[in-house]
Amino acid sequence: MTARLLDRHVSFVAALRRRGLRVSIAEDLDAARAMASIELIDRDQLRSALAATLVKRQAQRPLFDLIFDVYYPPVTGTSALEPFDGVTPKRHLPPAPRDAIEDPVRDAIRDLLAEYLASGDEQLLAQAVRDSIEAFGTESHGREGGPGMPGRARSPRAILAKVSAQTLMAGILAQVLSGVERGGVSEQRARTMINDRIRRFEDAVEAGIRRRVAEQTGVEIAVRDWSRPSVDEVPFLDATRADLAEVRREIQPLARRLAAKLAQDQRRGSRGQLDFRATVRASLSTGGVPMATHHRPRRPHKTDLVVLCDLSDSVASFARFTLLLAYALREQFSRVRAFGFVDELDELTRFFTPGGDVVDAMTRLAAEADVTGATGRTDYGRAIELFAQRFDDVVGPRTSLLVLGDARSNYGYVALPTLRRIAGKAKHAYWLNPERRAMWNTGDSRARDFDAITPMVECRNLAQLAEFAKQLGR
Amino acid sequence: MFDSPDHVASALAEVQYLTDTDTSTTVYLAAALQRPLLVEGPAGVGKTELAKAVATATGSELIRLQCYEGLDEARALYEWNYRKQLLRIQAAPDDARWDETHDDIFTDEFLLTRPLLRAIRRDDPTVLLIDEADKTDVEVEALLLEVLSDFQVTIPELGTVTATRRPFVLVTSNATRELSEALKRRCLYLYLDYPSPEREREIVGAQVPELELALAEKLVRTAALLRTLELKKAPSVAETIDWARTLLALGVTGADDFDDETIARTLGVVLKHTADHARVRNELRLP
Repeated sequence: MTARLLDRHVSFVAALRRRGLRVSIAEDLDAARAMASIELIDRDQLRSALAATLVKRQAQRPLFDLIFDVYYPPVTGTSALEPFDGVTPKRHLPPAPRDAIEDPVRDAIRDLLAEYLASGDEQLLAQAVRDSIEAFGTESHGREGGPGMPGRARSPRAILAKVSAQTLMAGILAQVLSGVERGGVSEQRARTMINDRIRRFEDAVEAGIRRRVAEQTGVEIAVRDWSRPSVDEVPFLDATRADLAEVRREIQPLARRLAAKLAQDQRRGSRGQLDFRATVRASLSTGGVPMATHHRPRRPHKTDLVVLCDLSDSVASFARFTLLLAYALREQFSRVRAFGFVDELDELTRFFTPGGDVVDAMTRLAAEADVTGATGRTDYGRAIELFAQRFDDVVGPRTSLLVLGDARSNYGYVALPTLRRIAGKAKHAYWLNPERRAMWNTGDSRARDFDAITPMVECRNLAQLAEFAKQLGR
Repeated sequence: MFDSPDHVASALAEVQYLTDTDTSTTVYLAAALQRPLLVEGPAGVGKTELAKAVATATGSELIRLQCYEGLDEARALYEWNYRKQLLRIQAAPDDARWDETHDDIFTDEFLLTRPLLRAIRRDDPTVLLIDEADKTDVEVEALLLEVLSDFQVTIPELGTVTATRRPFVLVTSNATRELSEALKRRCLYLYLDYPSPEREREIVGAQVPELELALAEKLVRTAALLRTLELKKAPSVAETIDWARTLLALGVTGADDFDDETIARTLGVVLKHTADHARVRNELRLP
């Protein structure tokens, strides 16, 4: 390995470490050995080799790819698109919606992109990406937006908004599905395909822009500026819609992992009494010498889980995830019952049928649960009193009680004595709060008062939720 | 074993296993650097198949250690054959000296070799598949660590057995639990995801060559569509292939015959949960 290449590699690994990938020296050496045994000329092979040796967790792969793109950029050609010459033939597509100002460059790029979306030709994709970055990638283009520094790279989002690939969908659908009846599976199949290609286009544009930024500001700075939390670290309270969908997808696998872990923990060290008969019977095959002892299995002890959750808008997404997780973990508890409230209380258990569909359960819960009363503002006091009146017998000595909410009761009454009585009956009682700990006790938050009765746990993201669930199942 | 990543790709393609750059490069490196290869990914994307394909392509024997909860040293590494030893002691002539008998009962004859030891002792090319390593307990992982880092095993009564020829080791995991950092550090890592529709079409084409190309295209696009819905269990590659075979068996040959009704009729091949069926029927408005 030449000295220059080695320098590059060392600073690449340093960048990975700075961005939170734990790369050990042994792995670093492996990577160097791997580089020595492949053809460095092939960039894809280099990427695969480095990924195989340095990245041991798939969640970190996107970050790795970003940093790789900056440190080992592909050889780029300039755009194949000349400033619009007026003779480029128009393709036959239904006219797409236009901005007020006609933009021939943009139209040409959109035509190119449309052709890729319909055909899936990789070369067209590469060209469309190159052209869009070339045409809209720098703010000096001067067509829109404020006066940026000349030549400064524009954000990927701005470029994608300019090209607005999604608006091409209808036209391409019509083209792909020509002669086929609309609706049904064929349309959805085509949609999936086109969406897939649009995503590839967007990813490529983003990568291209990142590279451009890196060229302008130096790799170290460029790498420092990107941060995107992985799915299990997205805070529930300020997640975007896309984030929320992704988090919801993550719940089932998480529950599966947790369930396996909990089942293992419950079994571990659970050797019960010596089973004398079984031991003697087994010893017959070794001439009467008891080689191994046999034990009776111990009865697993499972608890009831009662979840009482605040469904007001500010924390609803958090409550839903926790409910989903609770129901996905149903087997680990002898029974799960859920109650929701804003200023009215309703039992939610009926929405979660065993083996039922989660998305369905959530939509039905949002539509049918009767949780808002006269004011429509969170009223912890009323909810707790109602719970005590109607469902007093739900909480018993084998129950774990979970309260989910931000403990903000709009400066109203919070029924602390009643809560204390209910929590006192339960085996455990916890309060999960989706707010940052630093925000507790500010404004109308009554975190401290509740914390004294039911220990309050900060639960801002999936990782924290999983950690808590692990403890609860023990 | 292999000369280059491209060689891996062509060798595996010959045994009907189609790879992408990630897979071929990583497999090549695992062989070249003699490192174990840890493969993760959703169920049914061909992790175990990869080990089988490597074994077939290189003419190696495949030794498989299926992991499960409660797997222990005696099942993974070696065990003394107690029964036979007892018989030997009881059958010893009265005048035999104890140390003779002792030396005699701790020999190869009384050793039951389990997959790990067997793989290490073999002189011929070997592929060792440690399947679903995430199902084991942490103790077994520590054992694996020892075996996979030095490829040697110490048996107190016999001494240390060192591999004369390192096997190609492939460890698979469904990520029901995160494997330890130490184990991951010693392995190369490969994540197998659902293939892109283009690659899946090639895979289906390789496995079910009788299937018409246009129908295969439609089939894999439908599978891709199903994977975008939030299902309990998304269709795996193996299930897509099953689907293709089912269609052939039903006499569906043309792309036009693969309509909504046929999809509805054969959905059971790819979806194994009632809730998933209901969801797909609902979303795709199937008859």
